[in-house]
Amino acid sequence: MTDFLQLLISGCATGAIYALAALGFTLLWQASGTINFAQGEFVMLPAFAMLGFMAAGAPLAVSFLLTASVAVIVLGGAFKRGIADPLLRHGLMPIVVATIGLAIAARNGVRAGYSAEAHPFPSLFADKLFTVAGVNVTLADIGTLAVALALVLGVQAFLSRTVTGRAMQAVAQNTESATVLGINVPRMIFYTFAINAVLACAAALLVTPTYLAKFDMGESLGTKAFFAAIIGGFNNSRGALLGGVIVGVSENLAAAYISPSYKDAVALVIFMVVILFKPQGLLGKKVERKV
Amino acid sequence: MSKLSVATGVALAAVLLFVPPFLKNYGVYLFSYWLVFVIATMGLNLTIGYAGQKSLGHAAFFGIGAYTVAILLKAGISFWIGLPLAMLGCFIVGLALGFPALRVQTIYLAFATLGFNTALWLVMRNEEWLTGGTFGINNIARPSLFGLELTSNLRFYYFILGVAVIMCMLLWKLLHSPWGKAFTALRDNPIRAESLGIDIQAYTLLSFAIGAVYAGVAGALFAPLVEFIEPAPFTVGASIMMYLMVVVGGAGYFWGPLLGSAVGVILPEWLRFAQGWYLFVFGTAVVLLMLWLPDGLLSIPDKLRARRQSRAASAARAAAASRIEVQP
Repeated sequence: MTDFLQLLISGCATGAIYALAALGFTLLWQASGTINFAQGEFVMLPAFAMLGFMAAGAPLAVSFLLTASVAVIVLGGAFKRGIADPLLRHGLMPIVVATIGLAIAARNGVRAGYSAEAHPFPSLFADKLFTVAGVNVTLADIGTLAVALALVLGVQAFLSRTVTGRAMQAVAQNTESATVLGINVPRMIFYTFAINAVLACAAALLVTPTYLAKFDMGESLGTKAFFAAIIGGFNNSRGALLGGVIVGVSENLAAAYISPSYKDAVALVIFMVVILFKPQGLLGKKVERKV
Repeated sequence: MSKLSVATGVALAAVLLFVPPFLKNYGVYLFSYWLVFVIATMGLNLTIGYAGQKSLGHAAFFGIGAYTVAILLKAGISFWIGLPLAMLGCFIVGLALGFPALRVQTIYLAFATLGFNTALWLVMRNEEWLTGGTFGINNIARPSLFGLELTSNLRFYYFILGVAVIMCMLLWKLLHSPWGKAFTALRDNPIRAESLGIDIQAYTLLSFAIGAVYAGVAGALFAPLVEFIEPAPFTVGASIMMYLMVVVGGAGYFWGPLLGSAVGVILPEWLRFAQGWYLFVFGTAVVLLMLWLPDGLLSIPDKLRARRQSRAASAARAAAASRIEVQP
């Protein structure tokens, strides 16, 4: 039982990180119809940027802020202007392939230009162990969970409580009516891209201490984020959190109780079942077929 | 058929037939590798380009084809029995994978097929008794045809070329039959297609199953070509690469896979001069290509035609306008 609880908590912590990447992914999809196959690389690049700033002597917090601002410009603005905007009117296929190309370029650019090795990354939290009722919990797990949860809920609150956030939701629901209502649609879409970039930076900050900074770290992270987004509901931001936690917990439990080599299969099975029986996701709304 | 396309066809046939004998072993191998991917992506082009379904699991069928032939060969069963079995297996699994397509569309479908690919890859990697796990299956023998051993690289290349031509002609026939029209109707407007009496469920399933058979044939050729298989070429990454090849070549263009596979297989080899950077260059090239030609390489002729027509139209407009001005 204590094992189970421990696995549950550390699973929640990993899951919360998946949720960050998944949330950005669903936001992009809702606001602009962009499917970003380079989502994992959007986490990997900030990890290396932070390492770079730290190597230049900046402390972790400063390099995070610097990275986040660079990410808003590059992964938010430049990505939107350079790739998403010109390709979206041509349907889904070109943007999917372009982001795949982007992922290949990012991964191999880092490998060739920086290093093919895995690099250690300083943890936000002290190396501390709590024992509550016989259950060992690390401070890192609790901290990761808390930070990720705060971010997801923060984004939620921003979307539902502030004027800008509601305008962004309006754009996601119906672009034309939003335009008619005088909402600056391109700006709202840019905000979405910027939020995605910041969430990716935060995910990098939380995940890299355990997974190490490596050029291909985005590959599995990206897939997990997709799974999480779909399980939770692709058109629902709260779903990303639920999906992330389900993926994180199930892979942790499967590794311990079923077989480590089929660790990824459990999330996959849940994912397939959800796709087949509730394709709109656990929390998603059904989309009607349009003529 | 225009003179240009006849000339291109003749040049292509000449290159495919007469260039490989002058190449070194690696060149012949690369040509064979390319043709194998042409066969596989032709099938994927049917699924995504013509029938408009989203599939990111094509490498799974490629793997089923390769492993079927390899496992049967190891059990002492001939390639010529393995090949039809591989095709049959892919057809059945393709039908089964088509079922999610009846329920979900677009991006959801893409992820369902992606999930299927991951599941199959896990089986290939973990079930050592069947697939050899990560150690793979080695010493896969090349088949013989009418008593002629196809062991040399060049002979096997010509064999693959022959199969590719047959598969190509079959697809051409299929697409120019009423079935082909039904597939494109399914892509362009499924609800309208249904109201016109096309059984869209059957055609959706068939588009997956036939596409899968092409991947199965390609896989069955791939195993004896490389003589050693392991799970790596059949990952989700490989499926994504195939998707990329189809879209880069031009989804829904018959010859798109030919060009797309060349981009996916041969271009990275050309870029080897960039050493560690070659995949970076490749990825960047793909992004730029998409920005320039979102409909793929084969949309160039259409683009040129559209530009010529618009220029002609604006010239005609200008002429008409000047005529009006001349009149008092």
